[in-house]
Amino acid sequence: MFPLPDARGRFGDYGGRYVPETLIPALDELAHEYARARADRAFQAELQRYLRDYVGRPSRLYRADNLTERLGGARIYLKREDLNHTGAHKINNTIGQALLARRMGKRRVVAETGAGQHGVATATAAALFGLDCVVYMGEEDVRRQEMNVFRMRLLGAEVRTVASGTRTLKDATNEAIRDWVTHVRDTFYILGSVVGPHPYPMLVRDLQSVIGTETMQQLEAAEGRRVPDVLVACVGGGSNAIGLFAPFAYLPAERRPRLIGVEAAGHGLASGRHAASISGRKRGVLHGSMMYLLSDDDGQITPAHSVSAGLDYPGVGPEHSYYADAGIAEYVAVDDATALAAFELLSRTEGIVPALESAHAIGYLMELAPSLGPDQVVVVNLSGRGDKDVAEVMRLRAGDGEGDR
Amino acid sequence: MSSGRIAAAFERARAEGRAAFVAYITAGFPDAERFLDYARALLEHADLLEIGLPYSDPLGDGPTIQRASETALAQGATTARTLAWIEELRAGSDKPLALMTYYNPVYCYPQGGEHGFVRRLAAAGADGVILPDLPPDEAGRLLSAARGAGLDTVFLVAPTSTPQRIAEVVKACRGFVYAVSVTGVTGARESLPDEVADLVARTRAATELPVAVGFGVASADSAAAVAQLADGVVVGSALIRAIQSEADAGHPEGALERVGALARELAAGCRR
Repeated sequence: MFPLPDARGRFGDYGGRYVPETLIPALDELAHEYARARADRAFQAELQRYLRDYVGRPSRLYRADNLTERLGGARIYLKREDLNHTGAHKINNTIGQALLARRMGKRRVVAETGAGQHGVATATAAALFGLDCVVYMGEEDVRRQEMNVFRMRLLGAEVRTVASGTRTLKDATNEAIRDWVTHVRDTFYILGSVVGPHPYPMLVRDLQSVIGTETMQQLEAAEGRRVPDVLVACVGGGSNAIGLFAPFAYLPAERRPRLIGVEAAGHGLASGRHAASISGRKRGVLHGSMMYLLSDDDGQITPAHSVSAGLDYPGVGPEHSYYADAGIAEYVAVDDATALAAFELLSRTEGIVPALESAHAIGYLMELAPSLGPDQVVVVNLSGRGDKDVAEVMRLRAGDGEGDR
Repeated sequence: MSSGRIAAAFERARAEGRAAFVAYITAGFPDAERFLDYARALLEHADLLEIGLPYSDPLGDGPTIQRASETALAQGATTARTLAWIEELRAGSDKPLALMTYYNPVYCYPQGGEHGFVRRLAAAGADGVILPDLPPDEAGRLLSAARGAGLDTVFLVAPTSTPQRIAEVVKACRGFVYAVSVTGVTGARESLPDEVADLVARTRAATELPVAVGFGVASADSAAAVAQLADGVVVGSALIRAIQSEADAGHPEGALERVGALARELAAGCRR
């Protein structure tokens, strides 16, 4: 389907499997079973049925005329992943992985979550397929995303608060991996982003690439062309961006659109309090794969910061790291304040409240769109809706978020 | 050429009809001032000392070593200081010392990455290196660096390892093979699963190297049980817990002696 990764799970220098030996057989088994499922028509048909009738795919490609007029420049389309069941792109992945878990006879699933969207999507798939579900979430994120904690519990999942390290997504991921190592024989780890040891970055990419594939078809109907001029998506671990980019990324360079990944600049790149892993161009290993990450000179992982819990992660998927080196995609960073401005802008102009994560992509669009001509087409991945963020944004506006963390 | 200290330590234990006692301590724990004293107290009774370079994201470790790592980092442990501590320990002892950490601090080592790290580690007097998140498939560069520097490389086998996998892992091992007793993370446990014996037997079938069992050994009794099966017994969390409780009490009179006594008991367990 896509030319990378290679058989060792490598995207150029990135990826691989840097995990305790206990997990190696489980990763081998997963890679083997996934290859079989991918070739299995019955499996694919079942996945397609759930994506259509349960998730509500295809998600809409909406021409945002008000925003286009407001920003003045390129014609803007929004890929409406926010309209999916559970309100974000995460469900595309969890349905696929839960089907794999069931196929492999695993009755228990574990997941990590930052903003809670992946946790909710995992709890939802677990409820649908009758699997036991444990979700690890950092203490800081439990506070920021209280409603999603309640949603997960309502769906029958057990939410375990993680109080170690930075108490955010990074540490929730450590704890999910520790659980998986301990219960590897009967547990399936539903990883939420294009990170982790091989085959996860490939598996999650493949399941999310429905976003880009649909965009091609929908753009052809709307504009008479399959390939836009620019694609924009926010990047934390990078799953929504890979989902949108991958079907375009391996086109011949002359036909490839500009792919722009927007990382979280937090309080600004110069402040050191950000989550823009690619910006520092420092390589290392985190959560099982080689990638760009945030670390000090000793290789200790340094805390990320973003107003958006879903982007608050000190690494980025190996395929993005490869795209950055190969010049396939560009990576920029948008700070908290700009993302908050974009959050309001989209709400006011289009009546769409975006997730704070997606608001970073809109934030970059505010700068990009006016620089382009009216014949140019930009597609932005609206990866999730902002209902989960309303309370946190109100709190920040009230001013008690100053000096936060 | 390897220093041969690790092989010699296991050989000596075998000649004495007992298992080797491998003790673990996190570098810079419980603090920079007291670390060397506690390390020496352990080294007195251990056949081999594993020194853990603390890491921010120790995903193979349970709560005890996680907390020790956080404490050590907060107290100022760094890669450079850990290497200097190893040098000091080496100056006072001829017992084998192995460094245990995660791959990222080695990969990111500012003076020449893993090649530079391994050279510096060997120069400091360490005899081996153990990186639990670096399986042999990803260890090409580390292996060539370690062979060049004369450091033994210890990899792990797990209860989930297939025979083919065990064969691959032991091929990359020098010094000894580290058999993980349970599917899980490090941490003291009440009892060890029956599958330990099976794993040790499967590993022995694949190699002549000594096999040491770790993860979960908490008492002289469990050390004695493991010593019946394996060539070495690794104890980490139980020792860290003992040091932690001395630290919590403010290192009262006799703290070093009590930790030393626990090490002596565990070593005695290995002789039963």
